[in-house]
Amino acid sequence: MALPYYVSPEQMMADKAEYARKGIAKGRSIVAMEYADGLLLVADNPSASLHKISEMYDRIAFAGAGKYNEFEMLRKAGIRHADLKGYTYSREDVAAKSLANAYSQTIGSIFSADPKPLEVELLVVEVGQGEKPNELYRISFDGSIIDERGVAVIGGKAEALLTFLKSRWTSAALSLRDALQLSVDALETVTSQKLGPDALEVAVLDRARPGRTFRRLTPGDARGLLNPP
Amino acid sequence: MFLFDETHSSSFSEFLASRDPDRLRPVPHVSAPLPAFPHGTTVLAIRFQDGVLMAGDRQGTEGFQVSGRRIEKVFKTDAHSAVAIAGAAGPAIELARLFQVELEHYEKLEGDVLSCEGKANKLGQMVRGNLPMAFQGLVVIPLFAGYDLTRREGRIFKYDVTGGRYEETEYYATGSGGKDARDTMKALYRRGLSETQALRIALEALYNAAEDDVGTGGPDLVRGIYPTMKLMTGDGLRDVEESRIAAECRTLIDARRERA
Repeated sequence: MALPYYVSPEQMMADKAEYARKGIAKGRSIVAMEYADGLLLVADNPSASLHKISEMYDRIAFAGAGKYNEFEMLRKAGIRHADLKGYTYSREDVAAKSLANAYSQTIGSIFSADPKPLEVELLVVEVGQGEKPNELYRISFDGSIIDERGVAVIGGKAEALLTFLKSRWTSAALSLRDALQLSVDALETVTSQKLGPDALEVAVLDRARPGRTFRRLTPGDARGLLNPP
Repeated sequence: MFLFDETHSSSFSEFLASRDPDRLRPVPHVSAPLPAFPHGTTVLAIRFQDGVLMAGDRQGTEGFQVSGRRIEKVFKTDAHSAVAIAGAAGPAIELARLFQVELEHYEKLEGDVLSCEGKANKLGQMVRGNLPMAFQGLVVIPLFAGYDLTRREGRIFKYDVTGGRYEETEYYATGSGGKDARDTMKALYRRGLSETQALRIALEALYNAAEDDVGTGGPDLVRGIYPTMKLMTGDGLRDVEESRIAAECRTLIDARRERA
C-alpha cells in the first residue's frame, strides 16, 4: 500500500505563502494616502469598468489587488456585512476596524485550511469624522492585518512603492493635487512607464462630505488636477 | 461565516431574508383588533419643468389623537429619488429605510445605479411583500418620485396595497388628506411649472388637505413647524430650506386672510 507523502506543516505553509505571493506580485499596485481633506486611493488599472477600488460604506472604502474573482467575492461580502450592520444598528456603528477583522479571520482560515490560499491583498480605509484620525488597514493573503499610518500600498511592486513613498510623503497636509501627483510619480517610477489619467483608477473619501463620502474621479478630473490649465 | 456565497443577488432584502428570515416576517396574526398606532397622513408629488417635487405634512395621527407634530414623511432614497409614506407609520418608515439600503446596496455591489423604472418596480415588490400585514390593518402606501437620468425628466409612481405600480404624469397625493390635495392640484396644475410655482401649489394643496382632513396638520406658526419638501432635478436631490417654506407659508396665510 502506498503511503501518502509526508509534508511538514512548515513546508506546507511556506509553499502556500510563496504561491500566494507570486500570484499577487503579478498584478498591479494600489496606493492609499492621507491628504488634507481625506483619503486618496489610486490604482494602476487600465480597465474603466472592472474596478479595484470601491465604496464600502459612508466613510469606508475598499481596494483589492491580486486575483479579480477572489477580491470581488470579498468586496461583495464586505458590502453585505456593512449594510447588514448599518441596517440592524445604525449607520455610525459601521467601522473599518470590524470589517478589517472579518476579512482577516476569513482570509486567515482559508489560508490555513484550504489547499489553495487566496491570492489577494486588501485595503480597508476609513476617513475620520471631525477630529477622529483616519484608519488604514492592510490585510495580507495569510490573514495578517497591518494598521498603517499615512500611506499604504498593496499588490504588484508594493515594497518598492512603499520605500519610494515613505521617503517623500511628509504629512497629511498635502493637497489633493500634490497627493495625486505623488501617487502617480511613485507608480510610474516602480513600473518604469508613463501612466496617463486613462490608465488610473482614482477615488477619494472626502472628509467634509456629509453621508456617503466616497467619490470617483473621472480621467477628466484627474487630468484637470495633474495638468492645471 | 463572513462569506455569504450562497447568495448571488444584488438585492439587500433578499439577502436579509436568506440570512435572517425572522427579520422580514410579518407580525403574527392576531384576531383581536390592534390597539391604536400612529398613521402618516398627507404626502404629494408634483412635476415641474426641471424635475419633480415631493412634500408632506408633519402630523402623525393615532385614532383621534395627534401622535406627533414633527414627523418626517419624505425620505431621500438615493441621489435622485425619494419615497413619501402614508398609512401605518411604523412599517412605512421601516419600508422606506429598507428601500434606501436596497438602492445603496445595489449601487455598491453593481457599481451602477438602478434605473428610475427599476427602483419603482423594486418598491412595488416590497409593498407586495407587506400584503399579509395589510390584511391586519397595517396598510403601507408609499409614493415614489425620482429624476430619470435617461429621459431627463421627473417621474411619479403610486402604488396600491397589492404592490400594483402606476405611473402618474402630472401629480399625485396619497394619505387621508390625499383626495383634498389632489383636488387642489387638479385645479392649479399646468404643464411646465417653475420650481417656485410647483412649491406654492404643493403648499396650497397641503393647506387645503389640513383644512378638510382632521388627520392632516397645517403649518404650525406657533411652534415653527412647516411641511417638508424635496426637489429632484438633474443636479440631484435637495431639501427646500425651511426658511423658504416658512416664508411661502406666511404669504399663503396672508392671502387667505385677505380673502376671508
